[in-house]
Amino acid sequence: MEIIYTDVLCIGAGLAGERVAIEAASAGFETICLSIVPPRRSHSAAAQGGMQASLGNSVMGEGDNSDVHFEDTVKGSDWGADQEVARIFADTAPIVMRELAHWGVPWNRVEAGKDFYFKGGKKFEKEEKKEKHGLITARAFGGTAKWRTCYTADGTGHAVLYTVDNKATEMGVKMHDRTQAEILIHDGVNCYGAVARCLKTGKLRAYIAKATLIATGGYGRIYKATTNAVICDGGGQAICLDTGIIPMGNPEAVQFHPTGTVPTDILVTEGCRGDGGTLLDVNEYRFMPDYEPDKQELASRDVVSRRMTQHMNKGLGVKSPYGDHLWLDIRHLGEKHITTKLREVYDICTQFLGVNPITGLIPVRPTQHYSMGGIRTDKDGAVYGLKGLFAAGEAACWDMHGFNRLGGNSLAETVVAGKVIGEKVVEFLKGTEVKFSTSSIDDAVSKIQERIKNLENGKNGNENALDIRNAMQEIMMQDVGIFRNEKDLKDGVDKLLVLADRAKRIKLHSSVKGCNPEMTLALRVPGMLKLALCTAYGALMRTESRGAHTREDYPERNDRDWLNRTLAYCEEGKDLPVLKYEDPTPVYELPPGHRGYGEDLTIPADMSKLNIIKKPSN
Amino acid sequence: MSRTLTFEIFRYNPMDPDSKPHMQTYELDEYDSMTLFIALNRIREEQDPTLQFDFCCRAGICGACAMVINGRPGLACTTQTVKLPKKITLHPLPVFKLIGDLSVDTGTWFQNVNEKIESWIHTQKEFDPKAIEERMENALANEIFELDRCIQCGCCIAACGTARMREDFLGAYSINRLARFYIDPRDERSDQEFYDIIGSDQGVFGCLGLLGCEDVCPKEIPLIDQLGMMRRKMALRSLRQGKCS
Ligand SMILES: Cc1cc2nc3c(=O)[nH]c(=O)nc-3n(C[C@H](O)[C@H](O)[C@H](O)COP(=O)(O)OP(=O)(O)OC[C@H]3O[C@@H](n4cnc5c(N)ncnc54)[C@H](O)[C@@H]3O)c2cc1C
Repeated sequence: MEIIYTDVLCIGAGLAGERVAIEAASAGFETICLSIVPPRRSHSAAAQGGMQASLGNSVMGEGDNSDVHFEDTVKGSDWGADQEVARIFADTAPIVMRELAHWGVPWNRVEAGKDFYFKGGKKFEKEEKKEKHGLITARAFGGTAKWRTCYTADGTGHAVLYTVDNKATEMGVKMHDRTQAEILIHDGVNCYGAVARCLKTGKLRAYIAKATLIATGGYGRIYKATTNAVICDGGGQAICLDTGIIPMGNPEAVQFHPTGTVPTDILVTEGCRGDGGTLLDVNEYRFMPDYEPDKQELASRDVVSRRMTQHMNKGLGVKSPYGDHLWLDIRHLGEKHITTKLREVYDICTQFLGVNPITGLIPVRPTQHYSMGGIRTDKDGAVYGLKGLFAAGEAACWDMHGFNRLGGNSLAETVVAGKVIGEKVVEFLKGTEVKFSTSSIDDAVSKIQERIKNLENGKNGNENALDIRNAMQEIMMQDVGIFRNEKDLKDGVDKLLVLADRAKRIKLHSSVKGCNPEMTLALRVPGMLKLALCTAYGALMRTESRGAHTREDYPERNDRDWLNRTLAYCEEGKDLPVLKYEDPTPVYELPPGHRGYGEDLTIPADMSKLNIIKKPSN
Repeated sequence: MSRTLTFEIFRYNPMDPDSKPHMQTYELDEYDSMTLFIALNRIREEQDPTLQFDFCCRAGICGACAMVINGRPGLACTTQTVKLPKKITLHPLPVFKLIGDLSVDTGTWFQNVNEKIESWIHTQKEFDPKAIEERMENALANEIFELDRCIQCGCCIAACGTARMREDFLGAYSINRLARFYIDPRDERSDQEFYDIIGSDQGVFGCLGLLGCEDVCPKEIPLIDQLGMMRRKMALRSLRQGKCS
């Protein structure tokens, strides 16, 4: 088997992985990125709307600064975030946006003078300042006090990923695409890289690294209806859980985006509502102001998604062969705005839905969108449980999003975390002598070889990988969706346990020389089931409602008993995940309170027990 | 009336010495809003788990799923079956190395070309984390983004007469990409430096003007305009050089 040695192995070449790689390569370390697809096809490219940084250049962002951004982020998280991390994030985001401009991102810019904008279907005038002309501008997104979301038309993720990939190429980062990590190499204390499968040849390759990073993005594909790419199956999280000693943080925190389109589940950006789009029901009545008089369509995503579901449950959704939905209306923004600033939206509507959004309404409903939960790290990005292993981006629980992340904060997280954690990886490499252990390499290799052999021979049974995956996706939709309750969750956990057992008996029903697509899927299914179980079981045990985690039977946010973060482990020999809990944050710069939108049903914490600090003065 | 679609799909597994290139037929009932993404996945899930093809975003954004659809390169995920006749023939993109069936290695091709044309901003300036950003006109930012919208799907290369004849031709992709840097004031490369990369038959002067590239670009990028622009600039440069030497 081919063995490749490197200083740094980045598993994942989306924005987070590449940004870390750039930091390591700039410090002179040999760096390899693995990716299932060519790096530029990573799902970061699909982000349309933009990324948040408190530059405050637009007149609508006047008075913005990292304190306001920090507060919005912590409120958005429903006080689930690590406030030290949220602080690092908010302070660093403006620098990183400017760095991206320096590297070539064609950010949209402030144009001095009067122009119009829409809020909730009404037209308003604003006047941009002369002295800000030509600086990076911003648009409105949900859950923010200011216009703070920097963008390049509606191809922000694309433009930023291409720029960052250009930079990585310039820095000599090596890209091994069509390569899927299958198992970590470790000895229970240190991590030494990973064994990966080549998706061109089906052959295994061992990557031995002094430092390893997991930046494999989200795991939305455990749900049937998701805006995520087909490759977002949690491979990175699964190989961590597989060690038995690395926990998932807050796996139950799953974001549903208000505007997944029906029936394809393709996202249309929050920018639609940020730019003034409205939500209508079956009677073409605008219902959000009735629920959220202040923020209306621009309350945080968890709130809007819940209100939409609530409204559809009253029978006011639009019936369709694909289930109920609501309408998104952007007609009033006009042809020019729609075909320039929202062009991807225009393309998606015309190509996939047969709707022209200039004249017609867009069918939407809440759809799985983002994994707040992820591999738990400390504020340096170091993964709990193994030395030499780091995680960043959507794959990680760093944890600035807590139980709900704000639109535009996740793209920004990838590059901010990439820079911060990249620096920590470099520090680690400079400060440590790594001795590889050959026995752990052999261990990992033989484990994965055996898994592959068993699948080919059907040593354990005759189950079909696809059937199991499909059943799991249905269970997650039905029992672990937006509104949750004990009965459904218990049911879901039980059904998932049965599937997990069946998954031990998967057999391939085809044989192909080289890379068999059925093998690629079969190798993923057991890991996806682990993630699904952590999500469902974490949700069952958390008897409160916080951020995106909504329990019908426990509607209160319970700061008295549940102001904590779930840590879910998959220990060898145990069917159910083992759950532990930790404080969400070492310090409270912003003590728990009302978010300013959504219902306020809080059972308060004993504030005297919380470590409340004043804002660190800079 | 719902139709039964007949798919003729190119099959070949270069990893298997016994495999020979051939066409295989599959039948599938069409339904509402069906795209080739849905159709190919159904064929793989219900009829043939060995069929190889690539999808990623399935929303027309990432460029993973380009293939030749009834003789014309395009993105499979954005192609609705209602717009096609009952018989649908699918081939992998030419020019790129075949991985298997409909799957080709665009990643390596674009990575090599990006290294060759040094597809990044060349600047002597150091980034200053304390300074505010340099100003730029919004109109220029839009112009740059317009050329930056390419998703590296490979359709323009597959549709290009020159690229199919000569392996070293950089193709419309590269010319557009360089045009993007050429109009970006942050890139300090001189005309001469651009000329050295594409002022040859491998670059702008190799194009036969068959216009296949722009026709098939799923992002409708004005590739021919870029080619014309770069050609004029490069031709001027070679004229000037001719006079000087
Ligand atoms: C449709 C959509 C729109 C969005 N819009 C916005 C927005 O406007 N603003 C915002 O802030 N956020 C947005 N988000 C969220 C944001 O885009 C993502 O959270 C972010 O891009 C994730 O980046 P990443 O680098 O962590 O992961 P990704 O970009 O997903 O990259 C993951 C990488 O890991 C690789 N990989 C995965 N598994 C393996 C494995 N087993 N072995 C090897 N490699 C592997 C993949 O190939 C890929 O290279 C959006 C998300 C979606 C789905």
